[in-house]
Amino acid sequence: MRRLLVGVPFVWLLVLFLVPFGIVLKISLSDIALAIPPYTPTLDLTEGWAGIRDFFSRLDFENYVFLTSDDLYWKAYLSSLQIAVIATICTLLVGFPVAYGMARAPEEWRPALLMLVILPFWTSFLIRVYAWIGILSTEGFLNQFLLWTGIISEPLTILNTNTAVYIGIVYTYLPFMILPIYATLERMDASLLEAAEDLGCSRMQAFWLITVPLARPGVVAGCFLVFIPTLGEFVIPSLLGGSDTLMIGKVLWEEFFNNRDWPVASAVAIILLLILIVPIVLFQRNQQINKEAEQ
Amino acid sequence: MTRLTTFNIVSLTLGFAFLYIPMLILVIYSFNASQLVTVWGGFSTKWYGELLRNEAMIDAAWVTMKVAFFSSTLATVLGTMAAYVLVRRGRFYGRTLFSGMIYAPLVMPEVITGLSLLLLFIAIGLDRGVLTIVLAHTTFSMCYVSVVVSSRLVSFDDSLEEAALDLGASPFEAFRLVTLPIIAPAVISGWLLAFTLSLDDLVIASFTAGPSATTLPIKIFSSVRLGVSPEINALSTIIIAIVTVGVLTASIVSKRQITRRLREEAQAG
Repeated sequence: MRRLLVGVPFVWLLVLFLVPFGIVLKISLSDIALAIPPYTPTLDLTEGWAGIRDFFSRLDFENYVFLTSDDLYWKAYLSSLQIAVIATICTLLVGFPVAYGMARAPEEWRPALLMLVILPFWTSFLIRVYAWIGILSTEGFLNQFLLWTGIISEPLTILNTNTAVYIGIVYTYLPFMILPIYATLERMDASLLEAAEDLGCSRMQAFWLITVPLARPGVVAGCFLVFIPTLGEFVIPSLLGGSDTLMIGKVLWEEFFNNRDWPVASAVAIILLLILIVPIVLFQRNQQINKEAEQ
Repeated sequence: MTRLTTFNIVSLTLGFAFLYIPMLILVIYSFNASQLVTVWGGFSTKWYGELLRNEAMIDAAWVTMKVAFFSSTLATVLGTMAAYVLVRRGRFYGRTLFSGMIYAPLVMPEVITGLSLLLLFIAIGLDRGVLTIVLAHTTFSMCYVSVVVSSRLVSFDDSLEEAALDLGASPFEAFRLVTLPIIAPAVISGWLLAFTLSLDDLVIASFTAGPSATTLPIKIFSSVRLGVSPEINALSTIIIAIVTVGVLTASIVSKRQITRRLREEAQAG
């Protein structure tokens, strides 16, 4: 009974998570071939020990060398990092005031406000990104509105640029930023602010000296929750970005589906994972510290 | 901290306007008679009619529902088992690896999960179709279910289970009669989460679906790539309506349960 309880989910994850991962690693060390499947060597166990030795001797780091020699790839990694960092900062700048306002709203409003933040999160991601195509296109609603108000005299080109990608990321990941910040601000003791003001702090000083440091764990958590998925994002750059928007998720997709170069696609995936390990470890540590601080 | 300043009110208004106006525009323009999606040409429901006559779209919706139902149910069973093992069953051989494999898919980029599963299915010669999408979706959503369920398991006292065992219940009976009713709300929200994740997924489904099975997000993505279409606006409106009704119902039901429990506790005390 107990063995079954541990065994079933364990074996499931082993076969459908760890083994596939091993296959990606292996193919990233293989060569491309005009065959089905389009890579070589494939492991042939019927030849016994010699087959296994031959298999390992034919693996090499050629694809990784290729990634460093073609500037498309390292530019894509750098530009993904840059887009993820800027988008995370923008999301923080939009999300913090909203979370702050929610925490200061009358208590009976808060469940409804919370609901309004969570609702878009349950709505299809794809549809929320799609909604912006109609808004940002040359004859879209934003341009119509700006032309009507007379702020601009010629339509702006926003769709298919990096700006559109930033807007898309801020829009879809905003709930991930608001929720953890709101959670820390809501727990904050209001008497601390009163004490600070009694002691002669201005409101602004009290905000920077008390609210911001106390909100830090929520801010850090929110930033990681936006940064980590954004780095490998595919849908937003491919729908809102242009041909010069380089993001690694898109490069991997194109390498696999359009160029059918599986070994290079696998190597791209492995490097992306290695890059992601740093923020993931930092995020885990932040969560651990928060948990200990609560106890 | 209930001192709303003008700044707070402005930031709340702008923030929620930003979150809701794009969806509102989609909904309004799904009733647009004009083929031009950004020009208002009068009220019409014709795009809903077109949508219902679009057989490829209906087929895709059906495949998506099937995949979501089976994968979320499987994921709920597996995820609950995993959560129970991790929270209640102390140490066992391979525990670190196990908990690592539960948390890793949560932060894994979708393109990598999709790529690795596709390479597995090809390596073992499994034909791509509904089955492979179900397997893929189950794998990542069971991890979400397990996180939701284990947070509930951690917060309740295991002495209740021990009492049941002392009183002669078998471990399975103790789970069914004591643990399961207590964690039921978490199991249900885990199932709902898994269901929505599966409905929503484009990237993993694109890698693991074969030509024989197309899901709704794959269909939407390929038509959206060509630009905005009023039919997709109609479809989006239907999806937004279903999600809104679902989430509101779920929150009202859970609120009632909480008030009832509080009242019962007040009476008992």
